Amino acid sequence: MPKSYTPGLKILNNTIVYKKRILPISGNVHVNKNDKVNYDTIVASAEIPGNVQMLNVANELNIDPEQVPDCMLCKINEKVSKNQIIAKSKGLFGFFKTDIKSPVDGIIGNISDITGQVIISEKSEKIDIDAYLPGLVDDVVVSEGVVVKSIGTFIQGIIGIGGEKKGKLNISDLGPNIPHFKDLKKYENQIIVINGHLKYNFYELASKAGILGIVCGGVDYSTISKILGYPLGVAITGTEDVTTVIVTEGFGDIRMSDKTFNMLKNNVGKNVSINGATQIRAGVLRPEIFIGDNQSNSNVENFNEEKLIISIGSKVRIIRQPYFGTIGKVVELPKELVKMDTETNLRVAIVEFDDNRKVVIPRANLEVILSD
Amino acid sequence: MINKNNIKVILATDCGSTTTKAILIEYVNEEYRLTYRGEAPTTVEAPFEDVTRGVVNSILELEELSGRKIIKDDKIINKSTDLQGVDIYISTSSAGGGLQMMVAGVVKSMTGESAQRAALGAGSIVMDIISSNDGRKYHEKVKRIRDLRPDMVLLSGGVDGGTVSHVVELAEILASANPQPRLGKNFKLPVIFAGNNKAQNDIKKRLEEKLDLDIVDNIRPTLDVENLQPSRDKIHDLFMEHVMAQAPGYDKLMKWTSCPIMPTPGAVGEIIKKIAKIENISVLGVDIGGATTDVFSVFEDKFNRTVSANYGMSYSICNVLSDAGIENVQRWLNFDIDESSLTNQISNKMIRPTTIPQTLEDLKIEQALAREALRLSLEQHKKFAVSLKGVQQERTISDTFEQSMSGKSLVNMKNLDMIVGSGGVLSHAPRREQAFRILIDAFLPEDITQIAVDSIFMMPQLGVLSEVHEKAAIEVFNKDCLVRLGTCVAPLGNAKIGDEVLEYSIEINNQNISDVAKYGDMILIPCEYQSYKALFKCKNGFSLNGKKEFSTFISGGKVGIIIDCRGRPFDLYAKSLIKDWSIKTNEFPGEN
Repeated sequence: MPKSYTPGLKILNNTIVYKKRILPISGNVHVNKNDKVNYDTIVASAEIPGNVQMLNVANELNIDPEQVPDCMLCKINEKVSKNQIIAKSKGLFGFFKTDIKSPVDGIIGNISDITGQVIISEKSEKIDIDAYLPGLVDDVVVSEGVVVKSIGTFIQGIIGIGGEKKGKLNISDLGPNIPHFKDLKKYENQIIVINGHLKYNFYELASKAGILGIVCGGVDYSTISKILGYPLGVAITGTEDVTTVIVTEGFGDIRMSDKTFNMLKNNVGKNVSINGATQIRAGVLRPEIFIGDNQSNSNVENFNEEKLIISIGSKVRIIRQPYFGTIGKVVELPKELVKMDTETNLRVAIVEFDDNRKVVIPRANLEVILSD
Repeated sequence: MINKNNIKVILATDCGSTTTKAILIEYVNEEYRLTYRGEAPTTVEAPFEDVTRGVVNSILELEELSGRKIIKDDKIINKSTDLQGVDIYISTSSAGGGLQMMVAGVVKSMTGESAQRAALGAGSIVMDIISSNDGRKYHEKVKRIRDLRPDMVLLSGGVDGGTVSHVVELAEILASANPQPRLGKNFKLPVIFAGNNKAQNDIKKRLEEKLDLDIVDNIRPTLDVENLQPSRDKIHDLFMEHVMAQAPGYDKLMKWTSCPIMPTPGAVGEIIKKIAKIENISVLGVDIGGATTDVFSVFEDKFNRTVSANYGMSYSICNVLSDAGIENVQRWLNFDIDESSLTNQISNKMIRPTTIPQTLEDLKIEQALAREALRLSLEQHKKFAVSLKGVQQERTISDTFEQSMSGKSLVNMKNLDMIVGSGGVLSHAPRREQAFRILIDAFLPEDITQIAVDSIFMMPQLGVLSEVHEKAAIEVFNKDCLVRLGTCVAPLGNAKIGDEVLEYSIEINNQNISDVAKYGDMILIPCEYQSYKALFKCKNGFSLNGKKEFSTFISGGKVGIIIDCRGRPFDLYAKSLIKDWSIKTNEFPGEN
């Protein structure tokens, strides 16, 4: 029998996650294999050398190159600030002196008595990579970074925007209507969960209130486009500098599945790491939510794809019109193809809703909801 | 080497980005015929991430329908007997989906944008433009390249003979990022260098070892000349070779097949070429998939193929919406729907690509998007299929914001004899009339053009089969694949609604069908596939085949002959007209 699989996002309670944390350029790794790390532990750093500014002091002061060292007010390796006078001509009988100011903050790198040039290196920039997840260092990539192994709750969303954020998890107790700014301010620096639909005005206020991320059931395409500032063409997101949004179910006014919501609710007050980065194509990248747990290897839950096979009794969500978002139970899987209103003959399932109504739905338009 | 005489049972699959299709071809009564077909969602997404799972599922459906055992212990049973096995297994793949590129240029508004135009012209999605003056720091650029996971990079910068330092610095950023291919661990990420010719050796030194470097002519040889064609052609070739077919589990699938897996557009292209050759006609072919839309043409014996990796019916559907604009999608709908519901419905297809329309309204929305995807893909194809291919085209600074390619397009709708459509939305349209309408609304054929579709979406498999067993491929193509829908008669000109445009008289089965069509009319004359004598008299300044009065033979088909008097160029939209055209062409149920 061909198996009728449905799309499946990972929603796991006690699972192992590995995360590669790599520097963009070579640097130093600060941790060792098997070291315990927290989500904000700096695991690797690198220094980006600053830009180099060349200053032709000999020309500016109208002197010979060999006279330049005598006119310098700073030495090699000395720190200088922007507009600080770094060289001064001797002038004529002590008058008509000319000053040379540093164009940037930096360090005097060289004073040449051959070319008359002074080199000022701008301040180098430090790049830190944190562990992102609490756990153990599973592997060290020399001079580049680490692989962190963590155990905890892992939830994939269907689409997201914005990058990595870390904060305390909370459930919004505000209704679907637009809240007051002060109501949102209490969630500052937190990641909040909305059981239903995220509206643009809510997002805008939340963003202003300093909320780091929002996990919601559904969102309008127009809201996402408005946040991004352009219409979403292909689902490649994650590098936007915005409050991160993770949508668990889809576009439109749709509630979060009970399983996902309850898992999040059970973790309120804990630190959560989220990333909205999404790339929907072969080799897909989905947005993710991770809450580190007891770090014990016992009873680890692995993803079981067999659970996604539709069978009689499966709890399912309908993922296309005309019942989009509705949840029901599969009560029959007819063998024969059934003709739809479109006149297409399809493999279908008979789905029963809570109000005992039974409807015919193409199997391709069902998504199995894993039981709590 | 396979002995063709021993081939009695053929299994062929096409792994699309969204759906995997399997067909069984058997030698029955001294001829090869398609006997069964199975279909299953492609399994390149989590949690499966293995293309062979979808292949197995589609084959299991074949097994169920045919009663033939084909798979045992996750392996294809080689050599057929009465009840089990196959003699060859062949496959095509476009499971890797669309092409997503990063481009780099020294000056963002000059070489950066030229590179972007080349990539867009080749049907790619441009994920980002990296340039020396984009305000980002070195490490930010490196991180960005790594985060975005492009399929390919086009590096440009500097005029020929100019300074090399900036473009070399871009190459160094690329080398530091060392982007890895999204799929397929056994090959390096393709990078095309189309910059200062003086920098070629320095670029080689920095990139050749880590990345799959190709060097083409400078995209901007001088400040006022833009030369896009070499880069666009190279992007296209590399996409076909390295990106499109790749998918998780591809290595495993390669071991199963009896001959190398062919990229889907390559296979469909083979079939289109054969139609043009056998019938000695000009052909425009299209294969509309989930992530890409491939257009093929044979005009003046010249074959051209474009893969619009940014337009498709699932993964790329929001890109069709975004590029076409909501108004252009809505203009094909004969019912009201608010913008928010419409865009949510379309974007849900992007994130759940294997779902199918259950309601008539939903089907109409998909077919409206198909029209726009085809229209946009044809525009791209026309720019590619030019008479002066390979010759440097000069663009001045004032032209740089125009997308138009120099060179005359070979695609001339007046000279077109046949349109052939393939792809799920066309082959699986519940009524053949719908496929006919989608093709003529999208491509707007002029004068007299035959329309055909792939019966059940199997042209890719037949394309690859034609490479190993041409006889079997041609037999199945003629008997089971090509469905001749009929002919579209579209006189050229414009008028006012209600003005008389075309007087026609067609002899069908000893009966004279004649009338006068008015501007805005679409008339369907149902008639089988055979040749009918027809006489046309144009009115009010309209012309057909450049003439006012014209006598010829035209073919019917599964749908018949459609007299399309909506004028060319076509610019006639109104809800009432859309509904009227649907009714007159028997497009949807319940609308008569």
